[in-house]
Amino acid sequence: MNFSLSGIAASNGIAIAKAFRLESPELIVEKLEVSDIDAELVRFESAIQLSKAELETIKEQTAQQISNEEAAIFGAHLLVLSDPDLLGPIIEKMKSEKVNAEFALQETANMFIGLFESMDNEYMKERAGDIRDVAKRVLAHLLGVSMQSPSMIADEVIIIAEDLTPSDTVQLNPQFVKGFITDIGGRTSHSAILARTLEIPAVVGAKTGMSSIQNGTIVIVDGLDGNVIVNPDSDSIAYYQGKKASYEQQKSEWARLKNETTITSDGHHVELGANIGTPNDVAGVINNGGEAIGLYRTEFLYMGRSQFPTEAEQLEAYSSVLKKMDGKPTVVRTLDIGGDKELPYLQLPKEMNPFLGLRAIRLCLEMEEMFRTQLRALLRSSIHGNLKIMFPMIATIEEFRKAKMLFLEEKAILEGQGIPVSDSIEVGMMVEIPSTAVMADIFAKEVDFFSIGTNDLIQYTLAADRMNERISYLYQPFNPAILRLVKNVIDAAHNEGKWAGMCGEMAGDEIAIPILLGMGLDEFSMSASSILKARAQISKLSKAEMESHIDSIISMSTAEEVVSYMNKLSEAERMF
Amino acid sequence: MIEKQYNITGGEGLHARPTSVLVGASGTFKSDITLEFNDKKVNLKSILGVMSLGVPSGATVKITANGEDEEAAMAKVDEIMKTEGIGN
Repeated sequence: MNFSLSGIAASNGIAIAKAFRLESPELIVEKLEVSDIDAELVRFESAIQLSKAELETIKEQTAQQISNEEAAIFGAHLLVLSDPDLLGPIIEKMKSEKVNAEFALQETANMFIGLFESMDNEYMKERAGDIRDVAKRVLAHLLGVSMQSPSMIADEVIIIAEDLTPSDTVQLNPQFVKGFITDIGGRTSHSAILARTLEIPAVVGAKTGMSSIQNGTIVIVDGLDGNVIVNPDSDSIAYYQGKKASYEQQKSEWARLKNETTITSDGHHVELGANIGTPNDVAGVINNGGEAIGLYRTEFLYMGRSQFPTEAEQLEAYSSVLKKMDGKPTVVRTLDIGGDKELPYLQLPKEMNPFLGLRAIRLCLEMEEMFRTQLRALLRSSIHGNLKIMFPMIATIEEFRKAKMLFLEEKAILEGQGIPVSDSIEVGMMVEIPSTAVMADIFAKEVDFFSIGTNDLIQYTLAADRMNERISYLYQPFNPAILRLVKNVIDAAHNEGKWAGMCGEMAGDEIAIPILLGMGLDEFSMSASSILKARAQISKLSKAEMESHIDSIISMSTAEEVVSYMNKLSEAERMF
Repeated sequence: MIEKQYNITGGEGLHARPTSVLVGASGTFKSDITLEFNDKKVNLKSILGVMSLGVPSGATVKITANGEDEEAAMAKVDEIMKTEGIGN
């Protein structure tokens, strides 16, 4: 039977492949009496062997695709499966109590988990999670439940999942994963952002993908319109193959614009940059003709590991990005952790409102040593390219001054030690809290540049959690309140001779681009895959003409009015 | 039976990575190999045992090998301690 689902178009492109359900099954263990213990022991041994083989594969793939460091985690998991102190008591328990392997394993593993959790060393406490992981893997084999790891996929598939965590996504291999569909999440969830970086078509917020799509079923992901077609008939396959071909043709047309600069029809230049998360993303920036990196999110360096990255590790990552960018502007955002992005080794207390809590620059100013380490690594990397630094989540001018002071202190220390540091590092800030957008004239005197982070600016201005689908109607980039704030920031920057950029999703939106251009935005930073499309669009727009519409646009009452005005404008343009 | 004391100098103490290397190598020998810290003795072939001691940087540990290949085992442990920068 064929049917379709509709969700949110999260990453452009069309893919047709078999569905692969990424499940995290619930493992229910019952205590059973076993009469044939020898057979039970064999069953246990075979579950251990299967788990080991699986871990060997994951370890090898992680080493190849990510790093030896990440792979070492799975090496430790393998040793746990050979541990006499773990296996001995399990086998002993099975023999003496005549119980099933699942029960003996769970009881013994729980004993160790409890032991590690009770240690007063934070690092050791975290190891309880590793034991839980390993035990789960073996239990899944004993119970005959399949538990997959995205890195094990070695066939062209479309992943169907409830959601993808950042650590799941680390393991996605674009060679095999042709697209994905998640039941929850929006355009700005981490998996969506990652899909655009990897240029994998994706539909998120499909709600019922997991409950309706079987493994192996052919699925079409239409990441252009947010549709999913399950078990398509030959007509729909033909239709989507056509749509895929014309999308790819359009893409290759944009590719011609790759090595050109971004100039409006009336000769005004704007800079089109890309948002990246890791040094690996730079290739995509270059391939898509990015003129800059407008946002390098450094938090990925801190995630998926068990302790802080050292100064040397950070220096290596930052230098590698700067070298690859070969003198093009590279804006690095200092650590933005907290909110929905947690670090397991940073034992932050649970907060009632994490998005309004101790996160980003607030956390960095509290954990000064951690922040200074990052600043030192950035300073030392600065000789390799055109580095600009910005601080996230600034709410008050004092926060900016404090952060900048720490930056200058570390710079002076390094210079005192004779370590070379660039003298032309611009220091700016993200504008994502309404207080800073309102006070932009004051900030503009002290910063070198602004970068408007629209995702958070919208959620804080309209007081709407962007992960909450029930109030997603409030996520309104075109609400005149947002547009007025954006205009205020750009004007304030220009009055002080500074520049203003935007690194939120809005910067790559085809309806937003003409408005932002008319307001005088200097730099647009977006997913690398949106750059060429944006360049093609901008080359047909006149800045002077768009300027003439801005007063009427910001005098409108609703987001809907703005959007319909822009749509009419673009239809009128096409008539010429 | 051979015994040897080590000062743990690696900045992180006996964390997962150095411990994995030690435990992995110990598992290839027939001899009983133990590690003693703070009056607690554990099997050096058990990653959970060693990790559960939470040996910090600066600690002194005693390693004992006992069995037919005890000399080779101790030599290997000694080599890993040095090449991995775990202790001396």
